[in-house]
Amino acid sequence: MGRTVGTSAPRKEGVDKVTGAARYVDDLVMDGMIHGVTVRSRVAHGRITGIRFDPGFPWDEIVVVTAADIPGRNMVTMIEEDQPFLAADLIKHPEEPVVLLAHADRDLVIEAAKHVHIEVEELPAIFSIDDGLAADVRLFKDDNVLKRFLIEKGDVDAAFAEPGLVVVEGEYETGAQEQLYLEAMGMIAVAAPGKGVTVWGSLQCPYYVHKALKPLFGLGDGEVRVIQAVTGGGFGGKEEYPSLIAGHAALLSWKAGGVPVKVIYDRAEDMVATTKRHPSRTRIRTAVKPDGELVAMDVVFDIDGGAYATLSAVVLSRGAIHAAGPYRCPNSRIHARAVATNHPPHGAFRGFGAPQSCFAYERHMERVAEAVGLSSVAIRRKNLLGPGDLTATSQVVEDQIDFPALLDQALEASDFEAKRAAFAKHNADPASHTRKGIGVATFYHGGGFTGSGEVHLASVVGVEALRGGRARVLAASTEIGQGTNTIFSQIASDALGVPYEWVEVAAPDTGRVPNSGPTVASRTCMVVGKLVQDAAGAVVTTLRKAGLLGEEHTPEQLAAAVDSYLERFGELRTFSQYKPPAGIVWDDKTYRGAAYAAYGWAAYVAEVEVDLVTYEPHLRGFWAVQDIGTVINPLLAAGQVEGGVTQAIGWALFEEVRWREGRMINNQLTNYIIPTAADVPPIHVAFAPVPFAHGPSGAKGVGELPMDGPAPAIVNAIEDALGIDVRRVPALPEVVMEAVLAKRAAAGEVQHV
Amino acid sequence: MRSYLPAFACKAPASLDEALVTLASEPGKWTPLAGGTDLMVLFESGKLPPGHFLSLWKLPELRGIEVTDDAITLGALTTYAEVREHATVAFELPMLAAAARESGAIAIQGRGTLGGNIMNASPAADSPPALVAYDAEIELVRASGARWVRYRDFHTGYKVMDRAPDEILRRIRIPRRDPGQHWVHFYRKVGTRRFQAITKVGIAAIGRVEGGVARDVRVAFTSVAPTVLAAARTEAALEGQAFGPGLVAAARAATRADVTPIDDIRSTERYRHQVAENLADSFVHALFAQKA
Repeated sequence: MGRTVGTSAPRKEGVDKVTGAARYVDDLVMDGMIHGVTVRSRVAHGRITGIRFDPGFPWDEIVVVTAADIPGRNMVTMIEEDQPFLAADLIKHPEEPVVLLAHADRDLVIEAAKHVHIEVEELPAIFSIDDGLAADVRLFKDDNVLKRFLIEKGDVDAAFAEPGLVVVEGEYETGAQEQLYLEAMGMIAVAAPGKGVTVWGSLQCPYYVHKALKPLFGLGDGEVRVIQAVTGGGFGGKEEYPSLIAGHAALLSWKAGGVPVKVIYDRAEDMVATTKRHPSRTRIRTAVKPDGELVAMDVVFDIDGGAYATLSAVVLSRGAIHAAGPYRCPNSRIHARAVATNHPPHGAFRGFGAPQSCFAYERHMERVAEAVGLSSVAIRRKNLLGPGDLTATSQVVEDQIDFPALLDQALEASDFEAKRAAFAKHNADPASHTRKGIGVATFYHGGGFTGSGEVHLASVVGVEALRGGRARVLAASTEIGQGTNTIFSQIASDALGVPYEWVEVAAPDTGRVPNSGPTVASRTCMVVGKLVQDAAGAVVTTLRKAGLLGEEHTPEQLAAAVDSYLERFGELRTFSQYKPPAGIVWDDKTYRGAAYAAYGWAAYVAEVEVDLVTYEPHLRGFWAVQDIGTVINPLLAAGQVEGGVTQAIGWALFEEVRWREGRMINNQLTNYIIPTAADVPPIHVAFAPVPFAHGPSGAKGVGELPMDGPAPAIVNAIEDALGIDVRRVPALPEVVMEAVLAKRAAAGEVQHV
Repeated sequence: MRSYLPAFACKAPASLDEALVTLASEPGKWTPLAGGTDLMVLFESGKLPPGHFLSLWKLPELRGIEVTDDAITLGALTTYAEVREHATVAFELPMLAAAARESGAIAIQGRGTLGGNIMNASPAADSPPALVAYDAEIELVRASGARWVRYRDFHTGYKVMDRAPDEILRRIRIPRRDPGQHWVHFYRKVGTRRFQAITKVGIAAIGRVEGGVARDVRVAFTSVAPTVLAAARTEAALEGQAFGPGLVAAARAATRADVTPIDDIRSTERYRHQVAENLADSFVHALFAQKA
């Protein structure tokens, strides 16, 4: 029988999804179920002075919950404990949940929400990183800094003082971004004193929800159960916020005496209230030798965390660790801050801080190249990390990566050099209505939790052998469209030596599966997949030790062995727990050492044609070459890259969150603009696998990497086309126009506007 | 769905007469509802004020495209899909076909109507500039009679129209052009993305060159004024003029004076000004078949 790893095995749940058989949370109906809605604050900062219910409305028919009804602790368990499930007194952002309502008639309860008025004494509010740092308005401790990191290598100040170096400075900004998973969030809860709490919902991390619900109700492990319904996408957006919705649905059910309560967000509520990618500002100062060799980098990386700490500390950490880029630089200092503002909390989104800092360093490399008279390619080739080099956290690169060769592969695939020359000619033609450009970005992304994170998680995966040699993977890692079920089945079936079809993955349910950790951080394949492989391998080992299986076996022999084992012992379940690869050392205090067990490496090229009438940058081609280790499922992996690139195209060119007094005002699909198929060019995906010794069959992670590089590659291409230096995304046509007009004005041409 | 359904009333008359009688007997009470592609979006998001709606969808009198020797007449309920599929419309009114092709998604094109696009009176609508450029007239009917209005004069302010509360838009008539003459049709929608976008700035312009000078020039813009904009200064700047750098500059300046754009959720006043000018510039080059 052939190995399934390395083949594009069909998606396990694919048929159910395309035929409509898959049951998402809003498809679930329970006896006596009622519908819950959330009433939110409408001001960014203030104190609640009263809650008024309009007279003449049948309030006695409606379940009403406020903070006073909470049986346990009114605090969402995360990194810092600062965010309440329901605001009781202080309002810190304009979408803060204050009152919950539920009724059997969904239309009625939606209407009822319009008749609840939260009276607030307003306080001054702040909405920018700078206003946060000024701390005239205090939102978090004394300085509004939710988290701060300092990552140092070498002696930056001394390096800048060396004579004969070219110093290049730049400031770069990125905007918020909505994850825009297809399925808006939702939960169903059944909760009652003495009966515990059970929730079903759209979520990424069952055990995060589990952990948050226990203190809310003062319950123990066994009294709270979290079950993932089929989930329509996550991208990080369903890492943390589902804990709030689960809590809200459960509080309503608790108050209503245990009837099931369904809380489903519509698109507008999901967009306006739930987390987005952190807006960022990065300041970089670089010292470089005249030949282009990097000597020192001094980076200040700031992100807008919003009103509560939530996941900002870890988003900041990942962004900061990657902020010096995949370059050899003996002296570097990265000072990173997550700043509190009165925006709704920003949160996890594919890339988790790294796309923000990557945009900055990959735009900045163009400035460095310009300053020393090198090409975009030459400056990168000269400084790319390789085996044995040190990263910004002083981690020795262990991956046996040939980064220049990977870059060459991208350049050749895209015909980069020939196009640069041809486009220069095209752009010099005064009769042309367009300007063409091509840009490149080189970058990397660590797989798994940062530093000692995986050790702390100590994830566990089980494999249960069933009659006839069938097997079931037991893990809390969720299928959110990315292919978890499929790759786990591939990995397990190879380890068991049985056909792919014999393996299934249990639906994540904290009552039935062990905690394999959250489905985040490009860890599902690399870290949890390895545990799947080990747990499945342990089934075989167990059967051999029992004398039921020889050194070699056919699937039928394994089936017979399992049947005998089950007859004799009743059940066969094996478990595997995470152990760090030897030699991985990380110091949480100094932020030095092996930040990640392995990295994905990539070189991306974007080709753009800018319309001079409308200033619209049209993408004409995209080339994505990466090393993600062994590719478990080529079709799914290419899909991850295409999807990530497309999401990054949206961030780079289209998606602008428009804020007014801390609220997103374009929270509809008519005015929050994501690219459609017509806006996305052909994406050419290639893998250059360097197997990772500690991943399943040599695999690393892929989910986040493709989000990091496209934005700078695209804006670098726009610079190549127009000679303009755009330092923020999204690079909307309006932004491009202003840069073009400014350039023309500087050149002495008449400016009409 | 955020609107409270019991607060809304909807009636679907079976004939135009019945609809007109309803409007005449309770003037101002009933809001006509065509394909619903604008109103239902507001309804879903809870932004549609509760009230009484009169569905026109089943009225056969408002349907159909009729081609005669001197005009193409389109019923108010003509959908974008029907506009796209009609051979004569596609050939003779390519800007209207382009507007239909670039409005919304396929599903919206099957439901959205020309009449609805006019009467919703959005300054960002895509078919009105083509209708202005093609010298369309529209027929308004009421129980007591009917009248024809030049479409160019129909919108008098933001969401303000030359329509009485008991009137319904019945049809749109567009004169056919002399096939012996060479007309340049210039339509360009600049949206927030390539398709399925609301227009940030758009142009529909037509004209011909006779004896080296521009003739019968019509220029209309969208999303740069409170209504679809008939760009009278731009038209006057071009009419009877020969091509040259001076004409391009004059057209740009006239367009700058014609448009009164604003900053909003989709774009900026500066962008709209600049791109409107650029589009006028492109039209002048296209009209005289000159490269920019």
